[in-house]
This record gives sequence, C-alpha cells and structure tokens, in this order.
Amino acid sequence: MSEKKIGAYVCSGCGIGDRLDVNQLVNTAKRDGKANEVKDHPFLCSAEGVKLIQDDIDNNGVNRVVIVGCSRRAKTEAFSFENVAITRANIREGVLWVRPDAPEHAETTQEMADDYVRMACAEIKYMGIPSGSGEQDLTRHLLVVGGGISGMTAAIEASKTGYKVELVEKSGELGGMVGKMYKRVPTKNGLQGPVDTGIAAMVAAIEADANITVHLNSTVSKTEGAPGRFDVEIATESGSTNNVRVGAIVQATGFKPYDMSQLPELGAGNADVVDQMGFEALAKAAAGGAIKRPSDGKEVKSVAFVQCAGQRSDKPGHLNYCSGHCCTTSIKQAMYLREQNDATAVVLFDDLRTPGATGEDFYRCGQEKGVTFSKGQVSGVAAANGGLEVKFKDLILNEETAMEADLVVLATGMVANSGPNPYLALDLEAAKAAEDTAQVAVLEKQIEVAPPSILNLQYRQGTDLPHLKHGFNDSHFICFPYETRRTGIYAAGPVRRPMDAHQAVEDATGATLKAIQACENAALGRAAHPRSGDLSYPSFRKEGCTQCKRCTVECPFGAINEDEKGYPQYNEGRCRRCGTCMGACPVRVISFENYSVETVGQQLKAVDMPDEFSEKPRILVLACENDAYPALDMAAAKGNTYNPWTRIIPVRCLGSTNTIWITDALNSGYDGVILLGCQKGDNYQCHFVKGSEIAHIRMSKIDDTLKSLNLEQERVQTYEVSIADIDRIPQILDDMASTIEKIGMSPFKF
Amino acid sequence: MAKREYSFYPGCSSQSGASSINYLRSTQTVCSELDIQLNEIPDWNCCAASIGYAGGGELPRISLSARNIALSQQAHGQQDIVATCAACWLATREAKERIEGHAKIRSGIDAALGEIGLKVESQMPKTRHFVEVLMEDVGLEEIGSKVKKPLAGLKIAGYVGCQTNRPFGIAGESFENPMYLDKMTAALGAEPVEKYEKKASCCGGALMFSEPEKSQALVKDIIEAAYDGGADMIVTPCPVCQMNVEVYQNHINKRFGTKFNIPVVYYTTLMSVAFGKSAKEAALDGQMIRAARLEEIAGK
Amino acid sequence: MSNQIEKYRRSFLSEVEANVEEGDMVKMCMQCGVCSGSCPMQNHWEHPPQEIFMMIRAGKREEVLSSSSMWMCTSCYNCIARCPRGLPITHIMHGLATYAKRLGLVPKEQPTAKFGQMFWDNLSKKGRVNELKLGLALYFMNGIGPGIKKSLEMQDVGMGMMKTGRMNPMEILGGHSIKDTAGFSKMLAKAFEIEEGNIKNNG
Repeated sequence: MSEKKIGAYVCSGCGIGDRLDVNQLVNTAKRDGKANEVKDHPFLCSAEGVKLIQDDIDNNGVNRVVIVGCSRRAKTEAFSFENVAITRANIREGVLWVRPDAPEHAETTQEMADDYVRMACAEIKYMGIPSGSGEQDLTRHLLVVGGGISGMTAAIEASKTGYKVELVEKSGELGGMVGKMYKRVPTKNGLQGPVDTGIAAMVAAIEADANITVHLNSTVSKTEGAPGRFDVEIATESGSTNNVRVGAIVQATGFKPYDMSQLPELGAGNADVVDQMGFEALAKAAAGGAIKRPSDGKEVKSVAFVQCAGQRSDKPGHLNYCSGHCCTTSIKQAMYLREQNDATAVVLFDDLRTPGATGEDFYRCGQEKGVTFSKGQVSGVAAANGGLEVKFKDLILNEETAMEADLVVLATGMVANSGPNPYLALDLEAAKAAEDTAQVAVLEKQIEVAPPSILNLQYRQGTDLPHLKHGFNDSHFICFPYETRRTGIYAAGPVRRPMDAHQAVEDATGATLKAIQACENAALGRAAHPRSGDLSYPSFRKEGCTQCKRCTVECPFGAINEDEKGYPQYNEGRCRRCGTCMGACPVRVISFENYSVETVGQQLKAVDMPDEFSEKPRILVLACENDAYPALDMAAAKGNTYNPWTRIIPVRCLGSTNTIWITDALNSGYDGVILLGCQKGDNYQCHFVKGSEIAHIRMSKIDDTLKSLNLEQERVQTYEVSIADIDRIPQILDDMASTIEKIGMSPFKF
Repeated sequence: MAKREYSFYPGCSSQSGASSINYLRSTQTVCSELDIQLNEIPDWNCCAASIGYAGGGELPRISLSARNIALSQQAHGQQDIVATCAACWLATREAKERIEGHAKIRSGIDAALGEIGLKVESQMPKTRHFVEVLMEDVGLEEIGSKVKKPLAGLKIAGYVGCQTNRPFGIAGESFENPMYLDKMTAALGAEPVEKYEKKASCCGGALMFSEPEKSQALVKDIIEAAYDGGADMIVTPCPVCQMNVEVYQNHINKRFGTKFNIPVVYYTTLMSVAFGKSAKEAALDGQMIRAARLEEIAGK
Repeated sequence: MSNQIEKYRRSFLSEVEANVEEGDMVKMCMQCGVCSGSCPMQNHWEHPPQEIFMMIRAGKREEVLSSSSMWMCTSCYNCIARCPRGLPITHIMHGLATYAKRLGLVPKEQPTAKFGQMFWDNLSKKGRVNELKLGLALYFMNGIGPGIKKSLEMQDVGMGMMKTGRMNPMEILGGHSIKDTAGFSKMLAKAFEIEEGNIKNNG
C-alpha cells in the first residue's frame, strides 16, 4: 500500500465563509491536521470544486480526503471518489446551523469548526481503504425451504432471474395450506367472489422448470457457511442425502393452525364445529355443490363464524396476537355458503379486519352477497335442538343473545412453523456455567418442547433463525421486511409474521429478491442491509486475542463462529458491519479497515482541550449514524441550536462503542460524555437489533471507571433516541452543559 | 351581457302571504340587478318537502317532483330548473337521480304522469340552487362589482344549514365547512364570522312543529354560536332555517333563559341592500326581528 | 314471531330489502356508528340508525317497525354525508317510517307521524301547501282545548308573521292552489296504486 497522503478541502459556501475564518481552518488542517494538501473553494460540491479534489487525487497522490463543509449525509454523490478514504468535518450542520450568528458567539463557533477539522484529519490518518475479502464467489443458486404458496413463489421468481433453486418440502406434495383450500380470496378489486387457488398451475410450472429441483419428503439436515457459500445437506425420508452449495436461503415454512382442541367452550370436539381449514375440506368435498355438515351429511342452512377464536386473547394457552387473514377467510367461506347453499352465514366478530388493498372490497362483496355481520362476543357453543346453539353478546344491541346453527366455524389463529429458538441452547450453557439450577430446569423444559430444527445451522449461536415475537422469524415487523437476524437467510410468508396468501406471495417475491441481492453482494464482498455496499469487514489480531468469546456471543447476527481453540472465525458474508464485536473486545484487537478503536479514539483526542479555568467545557457525543446523527442534521436544518462545547462523533452502531473511548475521554479532560443510540428492548429500533441494548449494558458498568477517577456519575449519560427527536436531542446536549455548570469542570485537563 | 334565463321553481313558501315571500321578493330584486330572468314553471306543485314520507311513499313523492320537471320541460325546454328553497331543490334533484337510476321508478313515474298526458323526457334539465347560479354563472367578482353600499362594519354568521349543503351541496363546497355564504358576505363588504361552529348544523327542520322542545334546543345552539362569534346578524339560504332561527327566539328565551334578539336574513336581502336598493326592495319589512343595521344602510 | 330459530336469519332483512325505500342497502352497513354520532337528534333516539340496522339483521321486526326512532329524523342528511359506506341512511329511515305506517305499527300519538300526515293531506288537496291551515291543524291536532292553548302560546309568532306579510289570514278561505287539481289527484292515485302493487307482489 502506498504512503498515506492527506488532502483537506475547505468549502466556504453555504455561508461558511461569511461566519468562519476560512484561512484559519486551512491553517488548522495544515498545522494541527498535518494535511499534505489543503485547499479552499467557495462552492466545493460544484463540478469545479469536485475537479479540484479529483485533480489532487490523480496528480498529487492524495489518497486520504477530508471534506470540510457539510454533513457526511449531504452531497454524497458529489463527494464520492474511487480508491481513496474519505471523511468529513461537518462544519455546516454540525457548527454553523446550530450556533447563533452573533458576534459574541463567533469565537466559540470558530473553535468548534477548528476542532472538527482536527478530528477529521486525525481520523483519516487511521483509515484504510476497504476492499472485499474475496471469501466467496458468485453462487447463483438458492435453497427454498417449504413447498407452499410462499416457497413455490420464491422458487418461480428466482428461476425467472436465471437462478437455480433447490425446493425442499417435508411432505409428499407441493401446495401447502393453500393447496388444501377450495378457493382463495381474489388479489384484485372488483367485487368478485372467491377465485381458484392457482396452486395446480404453480405446481405444473415448477415441474416444467429446469432451474428448479424439487425435493419432496425431505428436510435440511445441515447448513454451514455464509452467504455466497452455504453448504447444505438435504436428507430424504428414505435416508439418502444430497449436498448442494447455495448462495442464499429462503425459509418459507408457513404455519400450523392453532390446536382447536384447546377451545372446548367453543364447541371443539363436536363434529359440527370445525376450524377454517376444516371448513375448507368440507367445501372442497362439496366441489361447488351444497356443503354438508360432518355429523349427518345434512345440507347446512345456517352457519356461524366465530372470529378471534383462541386468539387476540390473553387467556392462558390462547394466542395474544391477530393472525391477519382470518376475517377475510371467514368472509370468503361465508360466500361459499351464500352461493352454494343459499344459507344464512353470520360472521360474529369483535373487530373486523380485512387488511390489504383488496380487503375492504372483499368485505363489501360479502355484504353484497348477503353475508350477515354482527359485532358479537361469543361465550359458548353447544349442541342444541339437533344442531348447535351459539351464545354471544351482541355488542351493538348490548344484549346477551343466541342463534342456532347447523355448523360453527372457529377462526383460529396461525402458529409459526419455525425452528427452535436458537438462543435456548446458549442460555442453557450459560445457566449451567453459572450453576443456576432453577434457570437450567426452565430452559431444559423449553428445549424439550421445542420443535425440531429446520435449517440445522452450524452456527456458534444456534441452529435456526432467532424469533422476534410469538415464535415468528422476523427481524423487525416494520423496518426491515424479509431480513432475519441471520444474513443471507430470508423468512417469507406466515413463518415471518401472520399473513394471508396474497401477502405471502408478495412476501416471497420480496424475500427472493433480497436473497438474490445477498448472493450478488457476497460475491463482491459487500455488506447487506443496513450498511449496504460496505466493503469493510472485521478482522482481529490473533496474537492479542484472549479467546474470551465476547465477540462470538454478542454478535447480533451470529456471524462469528469459534474454532476448536476458541478463537473467533469471522464470516464476512454473515457480517453486517455494525462493529458490535469491536465494541465488545476487552483487548481491542478487532477492527475494520476504515473504522476502528483508533479512528474514533484519535478523533476524541484531537480536540483542543481548554484548561479547567477557561469556562469552556467539552462534551463528547457518540451518536449512532442511523438515527441520532440524522436527527442532529435535521435539528440543524430546522434551526435548533445547542451549546458550543459539544463535539460529535458518529458511530456505526452504539454497539460498536468500546469502553476505552469513554475512559480515554474522561482521562483527556472531557467534562461529559453522551451516548445516543436507538430504542432497545422488545420494540427495538436499533438497526442492528441488539447493538443499542448491548451498549447500554456496557455503559451501566462505566460507573466503576468514574469512581476510580473520582468523577461524578452524571458525567456519562446514555440515551435512547429516535430519528424524530429533533427537538429532544439538542435539549439533551444542553442539559449536559447545565449539569457540568452545576457539578463543575473535570479536573483531568492536562 | 346576455340575459341569463332559468326555469324557476319558487315553492309553496314563496307564494304571496307565505312564510318566505320576503325571500322571493329580495330574489327578484337581485335578479333584476344581475340581469337574471326567472321563468316560473307553469302550474308547479309542492315537492312534499322532507316530511312528506309520513303520507306518501317513494313513488307518490317522486311523482310530485316529476310533474314539475315535466311541466318545466314542456314550457322551458332544457333550461336549468332553479329553486331558491332548499327542500324544493333537494326533492327535485333527488327525483331526477332516482328516475335516472332506477328502471322501476322510471316506469312507475311514466305510468303516473301518463294518466295526465305528461312525460319526463329522458334528458332531464339540470336542477340547481339559486346560490349556484350566483356563485358559478354570475360569480363573486360581478356581484362585488355591483356593490354600491358596502356592508362595512357588519359581522355576519353564515348559517348554511342542512339541505342546501347535504346530501348534494353547492358545487365545490365541503359538507363540513361550506364557505360560499362567507365569501358572499365578504364580497358585499361585511365581515364573515370565522369558524362559525354551527354553520352546517340542523335547526330541526319540520320537527320544529312536531317536536318543538328538541328543535328549539338545536336552534339555541345555532344562535349561541353566532353570538359567540361576535355576529350582528345571521344570514341563511334556506326558508326553513330562516324561519326556525328567527321566529322562535322569544320561545327559546323563555325556555332557556336566554336573551336572544338577533336578526336572521336571506343572502338575497343582504345583496339587495349592498346593491343600493331600498329597504322595501330588500324585503327588510319581512323581518320579524328587524335588521336595524341593514335598514340604516338602506336608508342612507 | 322472533323466536330463536329466526334470530339472525335473513327473513326480516329480506323483507326490508324488498319493501323499504333503499332497503337493499341495509346489508352494507359496517357498524361504525358515524351516523349515530352525527345525528342532531342523537339524544332522543330509542335506537340510533346503527342499532336499527343491526336489529334488522337480528330479525327484530316488531321492535324496529314500532319504534319511534325513525320519526326523529330531521332530514339533515348529515348521516348520508358522513357514512363511509355511502348508505342513504336518511332515505332508509324515511322508508322504514313509511313502511311502519303502511303496516299500522307507528306508535300512537307519534307527533311527527301525525304532523307529516297532515302535511301530506294538506298538499294533496290543492297541490300546494297552505301554511295557515297546516299550522292550525297542527295546533288543534289534539282537540279544541289544547288547540286554543297552543294557539295562544303561538300568538306572538302568528302576529309577527302576519305583520311582516308572511302569513295571510285570507288563506283560510281557500288559498293557493294549482290549476289542474283533478289531474294532480289522478297522478297521485296512480302512483299509490303502483306502489301498493309492488308491496303485494313482494309480500
């Protein structure tokens, strides 16, 4: 690698030149920043300004570029140069826009700007130019687990792009749940009734597709590797195995219907009380003719559909979530009855929910066809008068009432057909190590009833996809669809979250495209979401490693395995580049080419530290680049101000925060340290799932450090913020300034 | 500017000696100033208003309006049918929609009108409210240009009420916050009450007769909100609204202990005064609660 | 009649669909309650529209048709304007009232039902409403005694209207009329006849 040559480029546009001494900034970059080339320009992001930089790169050997001007989130296209490391000194959003334009503030404003120049120059000295590891080739081949409508969609969509697919189905035929249905809900508006499921056509298309290999009566007995190089062993019922290499995986293992035998109060056990799949079977058997009841074959004339049966309920054994499809499904089934039996079909609902673009139209269609809807809470179903009596409270008429029915359909919920919670085994290991016998017993019990593994991942952090809630394999129900907490493995359909067939098709299509993207990215060494395209990846200095396993345990994505000696084994393709491992490492041997303990540590040390009696405190802010830093930019754009003592350093994730930075900051005389991360916990907003939570745990232990330095606890604060906190964050920064005013300056200013 | 001509359906309450004759008189004044010719439908009949359902079902009621439409077509061809009364307008427009939209109604109406040798031609004329003529065909600009005595210093609550506003409404207006009365008031030089909370609330309509206590409670709120907005008077486009809000103020005062005494005028009266017409031409003598401030302006 | 078997069956709903003005839209109600919350008379309803629609589906025939609820409608059309499902609620209420009356199920002495009938009788005689006669008929609808009392109560209104030329005592002698009263009656008779036939056909 050639010698590092720093070019610093100061923009005086956007009012910077009017309020700041640009010459001084240039001098700071030269004198303190030790930049080799320093230039200023009145309009740096213009073609002329960009050319100025490119010329230095091309002709003067500049390979480390510092842009002194706007935030790293602005003008990213103008300031993107090949084969150099780039950083920004954010003096527009970070200084100019957050400080009042008045003569009495000019001095501190200039100091802020000078510091950001020093920080950027210090950082760039420790930044390398990342390039992919070349760990994996382009593998245009997917594994799809599950042969229902989601899995079949995934296979067909992947094949359309030229990818090859191994489609693994546990049962003896393709089709899944939708294959067992008489008809399905239409995907387009137009007040039409139920339509053909389309499953037969899909099966035919798959059988005719040379790109797709179907494995019936098969399971995945082993998966190892990483995106771009997953080695999968497929086992058939007969005992034979197949080994294939795939680039990425789509898990579309669907759902199981809730076990309705747990609902005896709703008539479960009576032959004429069925669940929705049971009713589909009756409709399929009727094949368009009159639907007959199971007990005696009588043509049904009156049917009650009981919505939310055993779901959206906090009773023990019930599901406490909404399965999303059941109202629409009942409407569909009621339509069968209106058309095939001319029967009364009453849907007893608490809240009727018909999600999706066509849901409302379908509901109207049901009303048009004469389905009766009644807001009612069913309290019991029992045999009476040769049929069934459904007791319920009519919530509109506010009265206890009842109706007679020939057949009752219970709209029970979806249970995710996911693998076991992969963390159970790890937790058990930890509990055993801690000799926590009570916890050991609880975990052993949970492991005993856990379902068999689906993927059999050979990962340090367990065999299957982690659950988000209620056993569903999502990563985040809103922000990152299809993503799971295992890179290159995407969940699609009702195993990800409860959904209907139409949503499952869209879901599978999306997940397939993400899987393809994962293959292509892996081949180029690029990161997946949320640092898409990042070429940096973690490596560690083996001679310094103490095999403490913090990194392999804390990685939110299970990316790091351990070798037989307990050293970490990084898998670039599985890594999301959050840096949580780097933050975790007590001996600081983990780093990225362009992000390391040094790149941040040197920045905080580069700040000019006024003495204890200057009345100019310094507050270090480590801000998550995903939410906190954009919020700060927006606060600036809005015209919010904060104190001039603050120096902000963006971090990839609060999880990457190594406690040495806090110790260093306190030792260098910072008066306060603020960490801004995303919301943690069950409803986390952290882009790296657990990063913010882990950082909070680490910081809870910083008190010892403060005590040993004889410093007040208030000097280090950790906050959960959201991207919308544009008024709150400046307030947090100013509150710290007031706190320092109260407790006094740090004595550690040397 | 060519004369604007319309087929006119005045309605029962606009007959001589009837409750909104003052509305008709001021409408005529406005029309002469704006060069509008209203051609009365010969031998028109009652529309059954909103309460007719108690005596006649759907078909008998629609046949009433159908007869008017047929007579209008016979005498005035495709001229737009214009009504000043909310109920007349609504019933005629509703009848037109039903006849157009339901084959069964159409055949029933054909048979009923057939009895007297009348027929609703397939292409029925548009049915419009007089306010639409003013807002769309004449326009606020022209109305403003005719103002000789701006109603400066007057604060006026625009009480739109129900049936001029729902279910059809004046074209381009919202159901929840119709603005045309306020815009008219402003064009005449007065100040509209902003955020008049009860501007589209119900006065009880015909239930003022059968359920006076309940209806008077509604009117009380309508007047109270006008006072709250600082109004000197209330302006309305509907005969029932005008009557219900104006003539029972004594009764409401007795019932609720209020001290209401606020004039309620038609927009046509406001316009006539602003156009420089006499108190008589503006039909100010039709106010049971005298609109003294308007009389003053008219007398200047 | 509404025994257990008929509850929540479609029988009454079907009757309403066939015989009530715009009755075929009742099934489209989604029970949001916006109509009930939008009604100026909401405090005076025995059953607000939302409930009426549910009662129809639950098969409560007598309770619905003998209710005073529909007669509370002021025809303000607020429910129609706001109904997210576009139900012509005002018309359905009118239609239910008309149908209840046809079946003789209107509660006794329902004032709006009585006044509405007077209004209809008044207009059907001469083709136009005679406000004076209508007013007097209303005041005296409960007999001479209460009529005189009511007239005295309303004296201020009457005098005011007369003074301002908005009421003419001479109207009592005959008053306004269309010319073709004979034809008008014939037309109405035919319309009634057709409507009656439709009900029978469906009944």
